Amino acid sequence: MSESELTMSTGHEVLMEASPYRIEKKKLGMWIFIVSDACTFATFLFGYGYMRVGSQNWGTPFDFPTILNGIIMTFVLLSSSLTMLAAVRATQAGQKPSANKWLGLTITLGTVFAILHLREWFKMFGEGWGLFSNPTGGAVQFGACFFSVTGLHLAHVISGVIALLIITRGYNRGRYDTSHVETAGLYWHFVDLVWMFVFPMMYLMNAR
Amino acid sequence: MHDMSAHAAAHHAPPSGFIRKYVFSVDHKVIGIQYTTLSLVAAFIGMALSWVMRIHLGWPAASIPFLGTLSPNGAPGGVPTPEYYLSLMTMHGTIMAFFVLTAAPMAGYGNFMLPIQVGAADMAFPRLNMASFWVTFVGFVLACATFIIPDGPPISGWTAYAPLSAVGQVAGPGQGRGQDLWVLSIALFCVASLLGALNFIVTTIDLRTKGMTLSRLPLSTWAWFINAWVSLLAFAVLLPTGLLLLLDRVGGTSFFIPGGLVVNDKLLPHSGGSPLLFQHLFWFFGHPEVYIIILPAFGIVAHLMPTFTRKPLVGGWKVITFAMIAIGSLSFLVWGHHMFVSGMSPSMAMVFSVPTLIITIPSVIGVLVFAFSLYGANIRFTTPMLFCLGFISLFISGGIGGFFLAQPAVDSYLHATSFVVGHFHFTMGLSAIFATFAGFYYWFPKMWGRMMNETLGKVHFWLSFVLVYCVFMTMHLMGLTGAVRRYSSYVADFMVPQIPTNRFMTVAALLLGATQFIFLYNAIWSRFKGPKAADNPWGATTLEWDTTSPPPFDNFGGRQMTIHHGPMEYDADAFVMQTSPEKSIAGT
Amino acid sequence: MPGKVFAVVVAIITLVIAYCVIAHVWWMPVDVSVHGPKIDHQIEETLFGAGILFIAGQLVLASFAFLYGDSKGARKMKAFPGGAKSLIVFACVVVGVEILVLSFVGSKAWASVYFTPPDPDSLRVDVQAGQFAFYFRYPGPDGKFGPLHPELINETTQNYFGLDPEHDADAKDDIVTAGLAIPVNKPVLLTLHSKDMGHSFDVRELRIQQDFVPGIVIPIHFTANQTGKFEIVCTQLCGLGHYNMKAYLEVMSQADYDNWLKQQAAMQ
Repeated sequence: MSESELTMSTGHEVLMEASPYRIEKKKLGMWIFIVSDACTFATFLFGYGYMRVGSQNWGTPFDFPTILNGIIMTFVLLSSSLTMLAAVRATQAGQKPSANKWLGLTITLGTVFAILHLREWFKMFGEGWGLFSNPTGGAVQFGACFFSVTGLHLAHVISGVIALLIITRGYNRGRYDTSHVETAGLYWHFVDLVWMFVFPMMYLMNAR
Repeated sequence: MHDMSAHAAAHHAPPSGFIRKYVFSVDHKVIGIQYTTLSLVAAFIGMALSWVMRIHLGWPAASIPFLGTLSPNGAPGGVPTPEYYLSLMTMHGTIMAFFVLTAAPMAGYGNFMLPIQVGAADMAFPRLNMASFWVTFVGFVLACATFIIPDGPPISGWTAYAPLSAVGQVAGPGQGRGQDLWVLSIALFCVASLLGALNFIVTTIDLRTKGMTLSRLPLSTWAWFINAWVSLLAFAVLLPTGLLLLLDRVGGTSFFIPGGLVVNDKLLPHSGGSPLLFQHLFWFFGHPEVYIIILPAFGIVAHLMPTFTRKPLVGGWKVITFAMIAIGSLSFLVWGHHMFVSGMSPSMAMVFSVPTLIITIPSVIGVLVFAFSLYGANIRFTTPMLFCLGFISLFISGGIGGFFLAQPAVDSYLHATSFVVGHFHFTMGLSAIFATFAGFYYWFPKMWGRMMNETLGKVHFWLSFVLVYCVFMTMHLMGLTGAVRRYSSYVADFMVPQIPTNRFMTVAALLLGATQFIFLYNAIWSRFKGPKAADNPWGATTLEWDTTSPPPFDNFGGRQMTIHHGPMEYDADAFVMQTSPEKSIAGT
Repeated sequence: MPGKVFAVVVAIITLVIAYCVIAHVWWMPVDVSVHGPKIDHQIEETLFGAGILFIAGQLVLASFAFLYGDSKGARKMKAFPGGAKSLIVFACVVVGVEILVLSFVGSKAWASVYFTPPDPDSLRVDVQAGQFAFYFRYPGPDGKFGPLHPELINETTQNYFGLDPEHDADAKDDIVTAGLAIPVNKPVLLTLHSKDMGHSFDVRELRIQQDFVPGIVIPIHFTANQTGKFEIVCTQLCGLGHYNMKAYLEVMSQADYDNWLKQQAAMQ
């Protein structure tokens, strides 16, 4: 981080030692938020594990179409991480049109993920699944765990898409710079990483 | 760097207008004062709740003045109903644990002092900081709102165990809207704490001024920094726990509610949930929470003592800091000691008992460092120092109780007795509060530019010190008889004869409460009429004493703050400030 | 001067507390269980060990406050010899040894309650806690408990457990009582379950405290070795009537117990 940046951020002239370990504060802040958010997801997943292990009739209701949908969603989200990486590269190289292209792709892929997810949810509602109803007659906690965990993740995806929209607009207007895009990228990769836990635990483990 | 210049402009120009200066301010100093004021208000509310509880326990049939008018439902004719007592108890615990003990020493003093102590102009994220205060404020309003809704506050205790807290209105008074509001209040507090922790961590890592290496950090900053990590991980678990509880209450889920429950003659539709899951999740937060409360207290005492003993702490910065890191880390491994008789597997009891006992070691190291730092010193018995000495005595008393409760076999007798209530009041309620008072008297000159009255301060100390022992050590010892806690009145055969002892505790508690008004009077009077404070009235070394009282808008008036020493350069009357280019005298 | 006052106050407080403990001003009630002495012994050991640390800690604090007040530079400052090393060693070794000893010995006391299997000839009693009373169920001559049907629970007809004697043969001879009576010197196995909330079964004289957890049946066993009437109190916050939720345990001679059970059976 340059001296002038540090000057600005502390509000007065400061001669800083250039520490090799110093992380720009937005990024550090995002890392710390990610740690806390990981704990939050872990709590939900722990609750899910506790319920599942303690339940006698959990059942494995997901058939192949559901799993296939999940695989597609995984592919979409993973791709969006790749496009996000490309977007960050482009902003670092100062290539605005390229950055916009990749940011746009990331936003699109994120939206596709959300749509596929919601489609699946409504299909399940139609079959009789809910927060406390299980049409197969198995444990009622299935719906509670599934919808709360995937719901929390979906909320993160949607807020990530909104954040990316805001940052793309700000980047184009010159209000935001590379560090903002990098920080958003960090969040986006985290959301992807969480999915890599959610998908096996909520889908694959419940596959028929 | 467009955002940087906007940011810098926001910093260089102090705000104008009452609202931007004192209400929606991004200045960490204003936010620190806002948090401290909120805690002060919350403390008096929490205390008042305890007075009503204590009067009722001593004189169950007595009509308490004004109570009948304030709460005609809860206390018809001024006599609390059993459910009203329990709701007072629930809100007493909630308000004290969250809005006083977690807020004041960490968010209150930490917000004001941490940026200054590291040499920064403000926190890393000033607007997030403002947001975290106002979110806390709304959370507090919701908690207080439980008193004015018709059904009243929840009665399930600050621990809100399921199923009582989870099944909703069917469980009785307070368990409808009151419990909902309570969950929302706590959820908001979690969000605010997470934002605050984030700010503290990033500020301490990124915004230290030149020369402020980690080894030169003031010990209060170390404590706030370590505590911020503990808060981050703990509150991140409480928030989802609250959400799951809310889902059970309004979403019809059965995370914590098993099947086959018959409440108020109604068979509930839930099935498959586990009350023990709630306890695990709650206490995974709940145990670190008590260390979140005590770590800033350790930090305040570690920070203040060298100023008033005029020598560094034994072991320098390292021993006490590593003790605090050990305590903070181990605190995540012990939550099951709240659950020894809960129906959890008895093997798990030993698994949790061992780290619970081990955590005594760094705690004892901390106490020994404090006590033995008095050896060979020239102690200045100012009010802040007296409260530090009081802290040491109270923490020893409270900590000793931990030896008992950490053992499952002993806990099987002492669980849910007043021994436990005495133990946690000593450690959380008294030690932490005494350290908070020490910090209040110590930093008041810096925050307000005026000195508090020393005589009133000493009266406050002596009366409080003796009276807290009268109330809470009696409670501790009474617990050896197996006296049960959370009873709204004592009708059990073996507890009726203990009512006279309870009356003694009540009288002492009311006197203790009255004593706090001496403090309040002193604080308010001194704020406006106290003698003007110098920049460094205590002869201390850290950065907050290297600027005006109160500090200017950017904390240092545009000066370059370069650090050459650690925070404990004291040798009797001589001392070297952290920024001084002089040689070190104490070699710390 | 304030340091000396502080020292005296702390010393007095310490002595008063020590006196209260040693003189048993507040103390445990008589122990009437076979496993109880192990727990009592553990408590006394802990009082001794922790008590020494308590007294030593407070008196060290008091003496330092007494000795080292600011004498306006007349006395030279002294560093604590050896710095923090001896303190760390003390904490690790002395406290470490104390907690190891307490853990190992204490685990035996814990094991005597939770890791010894119940006697196969135990008297079995089923205990139900509900807002705000305890009810007890004896299996009757067939030695079996009938199944429970929560939807049949009816306070008015006194069907507290939700039994269905018409359709469940095992339930026909179950004996439901409001008090717990047991013969002296006979192993007893209780199975605890809750009708609604969390509750707890606490009999101080038995040195037994065990929570009821809704959804789980929890076994607890003991043998009482003295006759008498002892209070069973609920110690887990269960609602507004928590303070008043209690029952009585009566430990009787075998003959008295047999009579009692006959009378109870006749009242079903």
